[in-house]
Amino acid sequence: MSGTYTHKFDTASYKGESTVHTGLFIGGQWVDSIDQGYIDVVNPATGKVVTRISAGGSKDVDVAVAAAKKAFRTSWGLHCPGVVRGKLLNKLANLIEANLDEFAALEALDVGKVLEKAKYADIASAISCLRYYAGWADKVHGKTIETTENKLAYTRHEPYGVCGQIIPWNFPLGMVAFKIGPALATGNTVVLKPSEITPLTALRIADLINEAGFPPGVVNIINGYGHTVEQAISEHPEIAKIAFTGSTVTGRKILKASAESNLKVVTLELGGKSPTIIFDDADLEQAVKWASFGIFFNMGQVCTSGSRIFVHEAIYDKFLEQFTAIARDLTNKTGDPFRPGTEHGPQVSQIQFDRVMGYIEDGKLGGATLHLGGERHGEEGFFIKPTIFTDCHPDMKIMKEEIFGPVAAVVKFKEEAEVIEMANNTVYGLACHVFTQNVSRAIRVAHALEAGNAWVNCAQMGETAMPFGGYKQSGMGRELGEYALDTYTQVKAVHINIGTRL
Amino acid sequence: MPSTVSINIPGLNKTINVPTGLFINNEFVASVDSTELIHAINPATEEVICSVVAASSQDIDVAVAAARHAFKTSWGKNVTGFERSRLINKLADLIERDAQELAELEALNNGKPLRIARDFDIGDSIQCLRYYAGWADKIIGQTIEVDNKAKLAFTRHEPIGVCAQIIPWNYPINMWAWKVAPALAVGCTVIMKPSELTPLTALKLSELVREAGFPPGVINTVPSLGPVGGAALAAHPDVDKVAFTGSTITGRKIMEAAAKSNLKKVSLELGGKSPHLVFESADLEQAASWAALGICYNSGQDCTAGSRVYVQETIYDKFLDLLVTKVNAQVVGDGLDDKSGGGPVVSKGQYERVWGYIESGKQEGAQAIVGGVKRTGKGFYVDPTIFIFGPVLSVGIFKTEEEAITLANDTNYGLGAGLHSNDASQCMRVSSALEAGTVWVNQYNILNNNVPFGGKKQSGIGRELGSYALEEYTSVKAIHWNFGEKLEWPL
Repeated sequence: MSGTYTHKFDTASYKGESTVHTGLFIGGQWVDSIDQGYIDVVNPATGKVVTRISAGGSKDVDVAVAAAKKAFRTSWGLHCPGVVRGKLLNKLANLIEANLDEFAALEALDVGKVLEKAKYADIASAISCLRYYAGWADKVHGKTIETTENKLAYTRHEPYGVCGQIIPWNFPLGMVAFKIGPALATGNTVVLKPSEITPLTALRIADLINEAGFPPGVVNIINGYGHTVEQAISEHPEIAKIAFTGSTVTGRKILKASAESNLKVVTLELGGKSPTIIFDDADLEQAVKWASFGIFFNMGQVCTSGSRIFVHEAIYDKFLEQFTAIARDLTNKTGDPFRPGTEHGPQVSQIQFDRVMGYIEDGKLGGATLHLGGERHGEEGFFIKPTIFTDCHPDMKIMKEEIFGPVAAVVKFKEEAEVIEMANNTVYGLACHVFTQNVSRAIRVAHALEAGNAWVNCAQMGETAMPFGGYKQSGMGRELGEYALDTYTQVKAVHINIGTRL
Repeated sequence: MPSTVSINIPGLNKTINVPTGLFINNEFVASVDSTELIHAINPATEEVICSVVAASSQDIDVAVAAARHAFKTSWGKNVTGFERSRLINKLADLIERDAQELAELEALNNGKPLRIARDFDIGDSIQCLRYYAGWADKIIGQTIEVDNKAKLAFTRHEPIGVCAQIIPWNYPINMWAWKVAPALAVGCTVIMKPSELTPLTALKLSELVREAGFPPGVINTVPSLGPVGGAALAAHPDVDKVAFTGSTITGRKIMEAAAKSNLKKVSLELGGKSPHLVFESADLEQAASWAALGICYNSGQDCTAGSRVYVQETIYDKFLDLLVTKVNAQVVGDGLDDKSGGGPVVSKGQYERVWGYIESGKQEGAQAIVGGVKRTGKGFYVDPTIFIFGPVLSVGIFKTEEEAITLANDTNYGLGAGLHSNDASQCMRVSSALEAGTVWVNQYNILNNNVPFGGKKQSGIGRELGSYALEEYTSVKAIHWNFGEKLEWPL
């Protein structure tokens, strides 16, 4: 029997209480870790410890996998009709919606997100994602395939069984939904590791999973460190499939461990260094707004952040002036995520803060011009001011490596072919943003860019119904949309002989 | 003419309020030019329950205009799939909330047992709505590679537009759900004409449509006589599609009217004369149960009623004995009586029609081994009747598989078919050979919302249920977007 933590919110924009269990959620029960101790949860706006939660280890993963396997063979998998799976997912979505304000507050506390954004972006998209996949649950179709009249030939799209899912800290609840939505809809059971930095909303949703009526063992939630829980999941011989969202560095480890253990099927959503390209015939006023949104949303902590901004020389000065104005405005609205009017919050942790500041130093030393920001905001918490570097060159670290912070690298260009080449000059391939009013150019350039997601005249506008994933070292496999169903099912071809005799 | 009547439910000591007007633009209104009424009758007592407004062809014009306006402004491409999903789910929740009351009204007007109306008809209808709510935000076209240097080619699956839906009296609520759900899910607006025999639940459901929050004009309900409202809708120049479930005779008229007016799209679910084949390897006890279901369910008032049963001669006597026992086991009575497993047929007209067939069968020398005798007293009762080589349920005999298939396919209909066998290869061969839109193997009459349903041959055109129904309500637009080809002119 594990403990609970009750947080009392007494802020300008939200007052209330939220209670979460702090243990591990395995087989529908709350338990303490077998032998791994605790992890502190820190409020990034203040740098202070809020509470501590159980840290799991490989033994806990073993127990969870056993529970997940049992559920898959008895109360879930194909023993539970799609209609019922869909009903439970809808129920879970309704329960989150009924507690929307509480979830948003927990997310703002844990991640440092501005409260209003947590409500209308994060929590709302988690709810609609679960509802979307609830709708797919009784629509997982195979094919009947004509061969000869002597044979009935068809395919089944069957669930894998126990899936390991590892999610990051930038959209904690959203990531839970993106992962469990399609996995559960298709009949898999899940062992999920939230980020140890941001466990609170995952812990809160675990109670709703019981309340919604999911059989025990269908969803198991184990907090812990990468080198313990993540490693155990990626090596586990009874986990058939693993889905990971996080850094490219860790993604490689997961793929390697999967290969060395039981050749588990791997989906990876990794980093990006996504280009934003603004042509001289763009609607400049709109383009500047989208470009700012593209790099400063969530304090730059988005895998699809448009962190390299290429601007046509004819509009460069005008762009920079407007872009700087917006960034300055954000700087003036930096502060407590719970204060109405805040638009920019802290980075999620000390480690991330140090990392981003490190890149800012690299930027300065590497010869780029620090045009705006580049320093800490305030005395407490992990706040970094919106930062703009200009005069960047492709061989600079700030142009090559993913910073994951509110740092924009701006580059001037002249020709379409030139900018396409510069934009593609990266090992990553997650997103691209193209701004132009010329429709032929928009389509040409969007098609020429090596990225899994192309946004024309917008940025960061995901849709639950559209697939999402990376080219090159930004990942493999697709989440969201109908495509996620393929991610979580394996194809069995069934050949029934009705007339061929040897 | 009061706008709501209060109906007393006999034996349950309660009343239900039923709106009596035409439901157009989310309001219940009187006819614009007619005082005609439709009298809804309780088939167990032969008494009038209440009367509702009968739509004239002028009313149909008003309803179509309302549906068109909604399609252009608040529905169609003006509403997201996400929002359509939300509203259809809300409607399903409201029907679930009011299931008991709706079941009482259905049992009263149609005659079917209340618990079957609630647990099967309405239960399946709720599930059907939820199923299509799940499709609403998943309408997917294709992008198609043509020439990557010059063209982006893709399809959009757009809603067809204003759809007239004409439904029968045998499953009023369930047929309503089958029609309304896919149409709304893809963005069509609807003019729903329920059967003039069973208009009440469609009107009651209209209240829930409004409560759920659908914009005015998205669904309109116009009870009306077939030759008036049905004909007007089929011939209407501003209706894009008509979907009809009912008799083959009427289906022809609808298709003809559609062709003569504006070539509106037509889908039809018509009659059947569905065969049951019982092979010697079958589990006979189970086969007899399924065959009994096939003819007794809903008092035989089912388009897929298994009205012809062919039995392999080696097991004929044994099977017949079992079948008679099963059929006799059902209790037929007033739908509001908990003991009833089946009710009266829906109306005087149907009563006389079926008895006409029974009498003519007797006159032609067929032997009724079960039933065939009219009851005394009130109620349009036709007790299950089994003829050897006659109408209603006829039981025949065959020797070989080939013979069975020939007998089964010897009909202009092609709606359903059932076969019972434990020989897997035989099951595959026979199910492949049967000319029917739905083939049941070791089962009968059980449908699922996610599996398509419809007829071959003269049993219909198009498919309902499953993902296939979406195609009935969308029309494909192909878009060729040139971004790289310059035309040399003249050629």
